Amino acid sequence: MSELENLPRRRFLMRVALSAGVLVMSGCQKLSESEWFPKVLALGERASAAAGTLIVGRKAMAQEFTAADLSPTFRSNGTALPDNPAYQALAAQGFADYRLEVGGKVASPRRFSLAELRALDARTQITRHDCVEGWSAIGKWKGAKLSAVLDAVRPDPGARYVVFHCADPMDEDGGSPYYESIDMDDAFHAQTILAYELNDKALPVANGAPIRLRVERQLGYKHAKYVMRIELVESFAGIAGGNGGYWEDQGYQWYAGI
Amino acid sequence: MNDASAAIATRLPAVGYLYYRHRLPVRIMHWINVVALTLLFMSGLQIFNAHPALYWGKSSYTGRPALMEIGAVDRGDQGPVGYTRILGREWNTTGVLGLSRGPDGSLAARAFPAWITVPDSQWLSMARSWHFFFAWVFVINGLCYLAYSIASRHLTRDLAPSRGELATIGRSIADHLRFRHETGEAAKRYNVLQKLAYLVVIFVLLPLVVLMGLAMSPRMDALLTGWVDLFGGRQSARTIHFAVAWMLVAFVAIHVFQVIVTGLWNNLRSMITGRYRVPPEAAHE
Repeated sequence: MSELENLPRRRFLMRVALSAGVLVMSGCQKLSESEWFPKVLALGERASAAAGTLIVGRKAMAQEFTAADLSPTFRSNGTALPDNPAYQALAAQGFADYRLEVGGKVASPRRFSLAELRALDARTQITRHDCVEGWSAIGKWKGAKLSAVLDAVRPDPGARYVVFHCADPMDEDGGSPYYESIDMDDAFHAQTILAYELNDKALPVANGAPIRLRVERQLGYKHAKYVMRIELVESFAGIAGGNGGYWEDQGYQWYAGI
Repeated sequence: MNDASAAIATRLPAVGYLYYRHRLPVRIMHWINVVALTLLFMSGLQIFNAHPALYWGKSSYTGRPALMEIGAVDRGDQGPVGYTRILGREWNTTGVLGLSRGPDGSLAARAFPAWITVPDSQWLSMARSWHFFFAWVFVINGLCYLAYSIASRHLTRDLAPSRGELATIGRSIADHLRFRHETGEAAKRYNVLQKLAYLVVIFVLLPLVVLMGLAMSPRMDALLTGWVDLFGGRQSARTIHFAVAWMLVAFVAIHVFQVIVTGLWNNLRSMITGRYRVPPEAAHE
């Protein structure tokens, strides 16, 4: 048998392979839009989160840098000025009337003025901010340890997550306020702070004044800006889209350690 | 036999005999790797599109310009233009990089074009889901391959070049450049350049691309303080990750080229059924 006789069959097979390639590629888009396939892909996120805890550990510290590494200007991303009259009124008064409300599954809910937050156990750290888009910026942050705030309100044993409700509306008619959430490991981590200073100055509005969360071992979208209220919860069900954050409700991963 | 007919004879091995060249585990893991690496590459380009610039250092904002940047600008009279800037030099790359037509046919600003990304529309969160799922597939498959290769002695028997072979590198390069390929007994084994290429990919490029991926994870960075700085910092790691991904594309291009010129169907069959038709001994002058 001559191999030459196989040529038409081979040409046919080649065409089949090429069409299969095209189908696979447009198939990737269809799979992305399907109901079931993203759930399969989400297994990767769960594996990454488990590996993060297992390999790195709950208490491991994020890298800290020196003043020489500071970015000349710390990039403002997302909201630069919340389109919210109540927030702008507070900002106009230098946040003198700002009160951080801390409640939910806690023994003694409380409201903190900025002066009270500044009086809590504080931490200063030069850390790298990694945006999910891919860029990084290095800034110096000072803020109240979140653990100090939580110790003051005494979380219930059933509290599993800390939810941060923010002042910046994410849709055009002023709805869908930004929110984020972290677990108790991250909430009590030594580097998790409610920052009120950036690069030795009061936190600018563009970067989340008066308070933004720093949760250093996760990507930028976890670091909620313009935090107005902290709520301890057992689950995210019933909060906005139910996925634990504004971007999570848009399909982003809740575990942002990768 | 002149060179041209010799080339045809190698491309169409009409005679010779079938030899069991690739064992089943290697064949399965090879094709899993093809799928995983392809999807990692395409979803990776989609992720890159979210911030299409590369830097050297610990952060992106160091006061120094980006090493590489892809974007689109409106040039007034010229209309929108896609550009690629590398180390200060700029090229107009409209149609491919910076500005290209999407699946709906309309021009849109995007670094890499829709036909090379997964998913094809601008969709960072979905690309990340694909990327991190197939990263696990790739790593688990790669570890299985390593374990199998060591246990079955595939690594020492088929991949590690002997001293004698290393001495023939010069001749092997010349043979490759003249598209002269092994026949007879020699065709059953990988040639020395092939072995070195596979070893570099398996033990340098693939581990490096994984490591640089991990270096971008803020959680993994906390493993050992400052380990990422060994590679120049997180943004350098991102740049290396991108560069190695393209080196792997270059490897695949050469690999596929070699597969075609040494007998596409014979090679494909050997990676599907395991059986390779050994070209008969040619008169090697």
